[in-house]
Amino acid sequence: MSDKQVIISVKNVVKNFGERRILNDITLDIYEGETLVIMGGSGCGKSTFLRHLIGSIRPDSGEVWMFGQDIAKAGEDEMDAIRKRFGMLFQSGALFDSMTVGENIALPLREHTKLDENVISIVIKMKLEQVGLRGFENLMPAQLSGGMKKRVGLARAIVMDPKIIFYDEPTAGLDPVMTGVIDKLTIDLTRKLQITSVVVTHDMGSVFRIADRIVMLHQGNILEIGTPTQIRNSKNPIVQQFITGDAEGPISFVQKGDDYLEHLTSDIRHK
Amino acid sequence: MLEAIGKTTLSLLRQFFEIVSLLFRTLYWVFFGPFRRKPVSAKGFFAQTVFAGADSLVIVFFVDFFIGMVLAMQSAYQLSQMGATIYVAALVGVSMAREIGPVLTSLVIAGRVGAAITAELATMKVTEQVEALETLSLNPVRYLVAPRFLALIFMLPCLVLLGDLIGMFGGYVVGVYNLELPGGLYIDTTIQFLTIKDIMTGLLKSAVFAAIISLIACYKGISTEGGAEGVGRSTTESVVTSFILIIIADAILTAVFYFAGT
Repeated sequence: MSDKQVIISVKNVVKNFGERRILNDITLDIYEGETLVIMGGSGCGKSTFLRHLIGSIRPDSGEVWMFGQDIAKAGEDEMDAIRKRFGMLFQSGALFDSMTVGENIALPLREHTKLDENVISIVIKMKLEQVGLRGFENLMPAQLSGGMKKRVGLARAIVMDPKIIFYDEPTAGLDPVMTGVIDKLTIDLTRKLQITSVVVTHDMGSVFRIADRIVMLHQGNILEIGTPTQIRNSKNPIVQQFITGDAEGPISFVQKGDDYLEHLTSDIRHK
Repeated sequence: MLEAIGKTTLSLLRQFFEIVSLLFRTLYWVFFGPFRRKPVSAKGFFAQTVFAGADSLVIVFFVDFFIGMVLAMQSAYQLSQMGATIYVAALVGVSMAREIGPVLTSLVIAGRVGAAITAELATMKVTEQVEALETLSLNPVRYLVAPRFLALIFMLPCLVLLGDLIGMFGGYVVGVYNLELPGGLYIDTTIQFLTIKDIMTGLLKSAVFAAIISLIACYKGISTEGGAEGVGRSTTESVVTSFILIIIADAILTAVFYFAGT
């Protein structure tokens, strides 16, 4: 990345849900054309962070700059204009199940452009070809497997030729081969079309396959940012535990404290 | 205890304001959407009218026909003691048009269409489809709520009108075949006592009920949280809330028409 052009700039974003602080002062620049992976354990705030980037959640304080606008403060019309310039692949694909595969992909074109139906049908075929699903346009989402749904979701996300694509756990629940397929699609889109990809995942295999840079989130904070090599060689025990997947380490699933016995017998003693 | 009451009240108030806000956003898209070149989709509207209207005909006919018969038999039981069975026609006609037709049809539609709308939107919500609409720059209120709202506002009065007729026919069947009234006389008496005003109040009521059903159903749907269990809970709440609000609105509207002398 010789000319590092910042495309998304997150500044001091804070978000609380009730009493709980989910994001604690996150500051991060995302560069044009890179694949940035956001990883972290369940409940670390990575999904919430992604929803700040697509503007479906607004921060309590801080700024999210994208295409020269602060989407934390953008009005509905401005937000609509920005949303047309990025795509989002949801965890389950989020296909509209009352529409066929083709109608799903065509929806943004039909709603936002004046393209002729013949052109739209060609675009659908092209996008389906790109995700390896030629000839699937007349099937309903219920007839597809999980991996196919995600690929159709990806085709829908790229149909408006976006500059940025966001992926929410794109490989969750897929078999290893399909994981590889989705990873390859991500890489292809980034490299060939110069699309910026922001991927939220905790699938370590695909993290190191696709990432240009990795952000490790932990308890609402950015623990470390670096290239895959830097992250792999990180001295931070939390990062190391996350990469290797050890049950023992600083990230503990056991509740701390000596009150276990007290907790066990509390119901009996209070009688 | 006191805390629980406070919490429930607050939550009810919040829901009330959110439903009113949804009403205004829906009206905004219906009336101002076309000027911003973002009209409510005609295709979605027609799909919903077919589902809410045409597909509901059989059940509405069924319910209203038998209620008309019941109404006729019930009133014949009392009117026959005074030898005034011919007024069965007037009673069935007026009460079908003013009260029974709109309320009963609306309750049936709340159960059939309201529940279906909530279940559909709730499933869309928990499977991220509502959020997907937003990221595709498609406003869920414009795209999901407005067509359903409009379809019900148009179709429920139509169903009520047809239901009224079928109910009166149910009364006619009892009057002619059981009470042995002359068919022509029955129809004449119905027409003589039934005024346009009776029918109009019924239709006005049904339009209000349609707004209640569609708004509650859509609100409960798109505010659903928590997977399959949440979908079930929202659907139940949608139907129950619609039922209660329809009855309350009916009482208020009937009182208004009664005291206004119409």
